[in-house]
This record gives sequence, C-alpha cells and structure tokens, in this order.
Amino acid sequence: MSRFRMAALAVAASLAAGAAQAAGLADGKVQAQPVDTVAIVMFAGFVLLTLAITAWAARRTRTASDFYAAGGSITGFQNGVAISGDFMSAASFLGISAMVYASGFDGLLYSIGFLVGWPIIMFLMAERLRNLGKFSLADVASYRLSAVPVRSFSAVSSLVVVAFYLIAQMVGAGQLIQLLFGLPYSYAVVIVGVLMICYVTFGGMIATTWVQIIKAVLLLLGASYMAFAAMAHFGFNLNTMFAAAVQVSAKKAAIMGPGLQFKNPISIISLGIALMFGTAGLPHILMRFFTVSDAKEARKSVFWATSFIGYFYILTFIIGFAAISMVGDNPAYVLKGAVRGGSNMVAIHLADAVGGGVLKGFVSAVAFATILAVVSGLTLAGATAVSHDLYANVIMRGRSTEGREVAVSRYATIALGVLAILLGLAFEKQNVAYMVGLAFAVAASANFPVLMLNMYWKRFNTTGAVLGGWLGLVSAVLLTVLSPGIWVKVLGYHTAWFPYDNPALFSMPLGFLGGWLGSILAAGAPASRAEAARYEALYIRSQTGIGAEGATRH
Amino acid sequence: MDETALARLRANPDFIELERARGTLGWTLTAIMLVVYFGFVLLVAFAPNIVATPIAGITTLGFPLGLGVILIAILLTGLYVLRANAVFDALTQRIAASER
Repeated sequence: MSRFRMAALAVAASLAAGAAQAAGLADGKVQAQPVDTVAIVMFAGFVLLTLAITAWAARRTRTASDFYAAGGSITGFQNGVAISGDFMSAASFLGISAMVYASGFDGLLYSIGFLVGWPIIMFLMAERLRNLGKFSLADVASYRLSAVPVRSFSAVSSLVVVAFYLIAQMVGAGQLIQLLFGLPYSYAVVIVGVLMICYVTFGGMIATTWVQIIKAVLLLLGASYMAFAAMAHFGFNLNTMFAAAVQVSAKKAAIMGPGLQFKNPISIISLGIALMFGTAGLPHILMRFFTVSDAKEARKSVFWATSFIGYFYILTFIIGFAAISMVGDNPAYVLKGAVRGGSNMVAIHLADAVGGGVLKGFVSAVAFATILAVVSGLTLAGATAVSHDLYANVIMRGRSTEGREVAVSRYATIALGVLAILLGLAFEKQNVAYMVGLAFAVAASANFPVLMLNMYWKRFNTTGAVLGGWLGLVSAVLLTVLSPGIWVKVLGYHTAWFPYDNPALFSMPLGFLGGWLGSILAAGAPASRAEAARYEALYIRSQTGIGAEGATRH
Repeated sequence: MDETALARLRANPDFIELERARGTLGWTLTAIMLVVYFGFVLLVAFAPNIVATPIAGITTLGFPLGLGVILIAILLTGLYVLRANAVFDALTQRIAASER
C-alpha cells in the first residue's frame, strides 16, 4: 500500500470516528455508501411536499404572532406530535438504537432520561408558560423583571443552546447523507441549510410545525413497522429475542444489565439531571407552547408528546435489541464484529433485513428528513431570540413596529441558516459528541432555574435572574470544557480537570444558588420591591390565564 | 389587571380552590415522578447487580423496571390531564366569568 493511500485511509478513519459521534451518536467507523436511488427519490418526495406546505403556510404568515407562534392555531394533539418530532431526531433514532445494539440495557437507561423531563414540564410549567408567554421564553422571565438585562441573558442563553444543538445536527446531517445516500458531506450541509431557510423564512412557525408533524408521522410508521416485523421474527416473545441477542453478542449476558456504557455512578446521576431538567429549558421546545390557544391545549400537547416519545423509545429499544441477533449475525451487515457503514447504520440494516431495499430507502429518507425538521425548529427559536428579544426589546427598547420585527426575524433566519452551513462545514472533522449534552446542561443550569424561580418565588428579582442565569450558563459551559469529552478527547490533554461527562449535577444547583443569592442581596432595592409586588399579577395570570396573550385567531 | 381586580381574584373562592387543586396535583405527581426516576437511576448507579438479576427466563429485572418508568411517565401525564380537564377548566371558566 502506498504511503499516500495509508495517509488517506488514516484521515478517512479519523474523520469518520469524529463525525459518527456528531449527532450524539455512538462511536463507529463510517464508509461512503453506494448511491441509494430509492432513498433519494423518497427524500425528494418529502421535500416537494414540505415546500408545498411552506407555500401554503407563507400565505397565512402575516403578523408576528403568525410567524413566531402560528397564530395560536395549532391544536393540542398537533402540537404534541410536533413536540415529539423535535425529540425523535436522527440522533435518537439511529443513535439510541445503535447504543442499545452496542450496550443493551444502558441504551434503555439513556432514552428514559429524555422522556422523564416531560411529566415535570406538564406538572409545573406547561399551563403557566402558556398563560404568561407570548413568543419566547424571555417573555415569561421579563413579565415582572427588568426587560433589558433579563432578555439579554435569555437571548444569549437561548442562542448558546440553539448553536450547540444546531452544530451537532448539521454535522450529523453531513455524516448521515454520506452513510445513507452515498452523497458528499458538503451536499447534505448545504441542502439542509437552504431548505431550512426556505421553511422558516417563508412559512414561519406554521411551516415549521407541519414539517415536523409530517416527519414525526412517517418516522413513527416506519419504526412501528420495523419493531413489529422484528417482534414477529421472534414469535412476539421478548425472552426469545433476548436469548438470541445474548447468544450473538460479543458481550454475552452483560448486555442484560447496566455498566457497558455508563460506568461512574455520579456521571449517571448528573446525566439524568441534565436530561430531565434540560428538557424544561430548551427554547425550541418551550416555544411550542405559545402555538396553542390556551392552557387546556398546552396540557394536551404534553400528554400526546409524552405518549409518542415514550412509544418511540420503546420502538428504538426493540429495534436495537432485535438488531443484535438479526443484524449482528448476518455477514451482509456485520463483518468481523464491525457494522458495515458504521455503528449508526444498525437501524438501517434492520430495515433492510425486515423490509428489503424499499423499507431501507424509506427509513433512510425519513432519517434525513428528521434532521431538516429539527434544525428548522432550532433556527426559528434562534431567530426569535434575535428579533423579538435582542432587536425589538433590547436594542429598540420596545419601540419597534411589528412589521419591522418580523422582517428582522426573517433576516436573522437567513443569517442563522448561513452560519449553520458554515459551522457545519467547519466542524466536519471535529468531535462534537459533547454538544447535545452541553445544550441540555446549559438549558438545565441557566434557563430552567430562571424560569422556575420567576414563576414560583415572589422575592425573585432581576439581580437574581442575572446572577443565577449567567452563573448557570458559564459554569455549565466551563465544566463541559474541562470534562473528559472536550479536555481529553478534543483538546488532547491527558487528564480532565472535571471528572464527569455532564456538569448538570453541579451547574444546575449553581444556577439556583445564584438566583437565590442575587435576589437576597438586592432585596432591599426599590426596583426589587416593585418586582416582588408585581409577582401577584404574574401569579394570578399564570393560574387563570386572565389577561394572557390572545394568540388565537378567531 | 389593577390592584382591586387582583385583590378580588385573590379572595375569589374558586381561585383559592384552583390554586390549591393545581398545586396539590402538580407537586404530588412531580414528587412521584422524581422518586420513580431517580430511584431507578440510583439503583442502576449503586446496585447494578440487582438490576441485572434474571427474573423470568433470561429477562433481567432492569427491563421491566425501565419500561415501567416509561409507562409511569405516560400514565402520570394522562392522570394530570384527566384531573385538570375535570377540575381546573371549570374553575377557570367560573373565575373568568365572574370577572366579566
């Protein structure tokens, strides 16, 4: 083998290893695949359908309320499906089934963490958010607090969460399209960026929601069929499936218990906290509560979202476990223990095993569509932080017009889309496995404490929000940089300063502590007393919805 | 809302009932969910051998526990919706009507 080929192989291998983790996916080697015509045709069909919906949505998107919140016209059920779509990302579908395939039980543990934030949102936040908010999270926080500092923090924090999430998705998209369609990385990043700009700029929240709903339905159908066919293969007997898996797996009975993926108890707990409370602080998710008409629809959304997400994770669990024997035993898919195309291809191979080339093409197309839908929601949340929070309320101090604000949000969408493409290309060869975890940690440590304290604690004030919010944000980012995920794996140092993979166990309490301390220190100031006095109005509106923003179109 | 409207709402028996009912239900279910989830996580973190105990054939205790956490999450949110639809909405409507 020539030196050049050796070098090229080494580059390809390191590139692949980094990128496979891109969307929070598990480790594995990636090789370019032959061009999959079935998948490309099906994906083209999805794109045509969603562009037609965007054209329809564009005619209905006139006001700021239409753009940010679909005019409050989304029903609880539709919103629940859209929210579940935000969670059924390519990372969860391919990544979690790959993690179950590789680690058995620990894959289940990981997916449960993503689900259990939802009941908490339901019990403590959903109805109040709907009653207090208008277009963005910052609306809730600045209801009684000083607008400029609180919105500045909230916008920066939202943008940080969106940016990390977005980079992970873009890099994941580039990787997936190499894996699934056999097309170059840069094609995928540009296609995703351009389509997402079209959806959001022209169709606003209406198009973003319907793209997400269509994708969620397609993904649920595809995954349901795969899980059903796989269970049929085992005579609908879980014990048979487990027995076949243990027999084929190189790890034998170890896949039936914990410890293969997560080893350190503190890390497990910290990850659990980040996943549970991070969900309750993700701007692109919480924004969806402003798209329904009232508190009743908000709570219906959460029920449907929780049901579909829970059902979906049961499906990915069956898919991953069935694949251990059905894919792992077949030399067409796995050669000498290495999954062909990389470990994230497990679900795709299972689709081929149970449904042939057509199902494989369908599942591949849906996996790509899913990234498109998720990045659209993220970009809209980012654009809202720029236009509604930074431009209209911080820079213009509330003196902007609605038309100008919507125009700014469209420019912001285009700017964010272009930025996402550039970041996607720049991070192609980087290890970005930590990014989704970091997004959840920042959401749990910065956004969640500010939202909770604002809704539940009368004496919370602007100083507390600023101190707690920034402390949570900075500590979550800093501890992540010092953790093994970046300090060792990305920066190449020998030992990490902070030993755990996720900072939330420490950074979330810091966020709450800062919120408390700042509020106590500034409690005597006249502004703080006025803010405490305004709590009564916030509280009564959060309970009754009287005076809530009438986003409904009648 | 002005000061008198706030004071009137604060004293409205329906409002007092609504805040009590929502608070009790929300915090009770939150506590159940936290205990269930972190109970499961702590068990996995500190007693992995218990989680890996076979219970039926080759199936270990961890799987029914894990699926149980998923089902409990769905059931609790469903329970909240049922209770909230039955109680909160009627109270909210009565409160809104009294303010018109």
